[in-house]
Amino acid sequence: MQTIPINTYTSPTIILELIYRLKVKDVMTRNLHAVTRDATMREVQHLMREKSITGVPVLSSKRLIGIVSMDDIIQALDQGYVEEAVESHMSKNLIVLEEDMPVSFAISYFDRYRYHRLPVLSKNKELVGIVTTRDITTRLLWEINREVENMERMNQETLIIDGLSREVTSFSIMKHDFENAGFASTEIKKRLKKSGLFPRTIRKAAIASYELEINLVVHSNGGRITAEYGPQEVTITSEDRGPGIPDVDKALEKGYSTANEWIRSLGFGAGMGLPNVKSVSDSFSISSTSQGTLVVATVKFSEKEIEMMKSYQKENTDGEHSEGS
Amino acid sequence: MANIAKVAEALGYTVVTMKDPERNVSGGYTGDLLSDVMGHAEEDELLITIQGHKNTAAVASLLSLTAIILCNGREALQDMIESAEMEGIAILQTQETQYQASIRLDGVLKALR
Repeated sequence: MQTIPINTYTSPTIILELIYRLKVKDVMTRNLHAVTRDATMREVQHLMREKSITGVPVLSSKRLIGIVSMDDIIQALDQGYVEEAVESHMSKNLIVLEEDMPVSFAISYFDRYRYHRLPVLSKNKELVGIVTTRDITTRLLWEINREVENMERMNQETLIIDGLSREVTSFSIMKHDFENAGFASTEIKKRLKKSGLFPRTIRKAAIASYELEINLVVHSNGGRITAEYGPQEVTITSEDRGPGIPDVDKALEKGYSTANEWIRSLGFGAGMGLPNVKSVSDSFSISSTSQGTLVVATVKFSEKEIEMMKSYQKENTDGEHSEGS
Repeated sequence: MANIAKVAEALGYTVVTMKDPERNVSGGYTGDLLSDVMGHAEEDELLITIQGHKNTAAVASLLSLTAIILCNGREALQDMIESAEMEGIAILQTQETQYQASIRLDGVLKALR
């Protein structure tokens, strides 16, 4: 029996999420080598050798009617009926998967039944693929690799310049990660300081990003803080993966907090987080469902600041030109 | 002008770290709830608190505070000291209460002015 060493109930959340998200059709082989019912066992044996496969489905106008396995061929050679048609010697008791089933189904089927491969049918019962344990483990390894890569990127800054030549930095924030709380806002503050903004503006953006970052650490299941540095304003966006704010109006009231004793003892949970963000922002929006909360806070630059930044940037680019020539 | 070295000396509190003795002190803010501090403390002020952990240093850094005074004999955790050093924020420590420290600071700043 070829089992896949993944428990479909108690594995880490990332793995469970993966095996429920991935469908059988995402892992199956679509490149099929099938025969019709009048093919001989010998022909199947040749096909197996030629294509290096160990099981061949038998079709009757796209409908699956049986499978000939390596075992069936060995039996045929042993008993001397290898020149006979497959119809009377194929395995007809078939366990099949449907293409839209989650991969977790396929894993438990392989654990339960003694098969090396399972045929996959479409909704209208046509054979569309074959899944082996190897197909599943290969795809899972590939996906797990990608997840690990994502986790390594956590807390690292990502920098994108979008089409409008705005600079965007983004930070992953993990639940209850008090150790790194404040990192994102400190980076955002440093970036704003470099662009020569007034301390008052930097302070407002620092307060907004810090409070949003702490909210993610204290209350969310994890999320992301993104800062977009525009020519006239900085926009701080906080997105999380739930659990959502049950009463947004209350959360915006000064002094209202749902933080527990432990979190309060650390100095958080004053009930001033979102009110602080709102009061320093020139525009503020919040929306929340159990799937997640989205807060967008914008701090606008004053006209004087924008003028100063323009001349500051001009000086810098002029400098580069003269160096280049 | 009052700098942190002079203020610390006049207060007589234990200096845990002081990388930048020249930094200006403009006033103080007393509080333990960090988002309250975040909303009210101003640049170059001293934070009078009992919160001796890394997040206090982060708040002080974001607000460009000059120093943190830990009252009631509270100890600063090692990672707090490290991040305060990195950001050039001083940490002072005293057995006095936050109330006493606030009054003392006010007196010291008036005398140095």
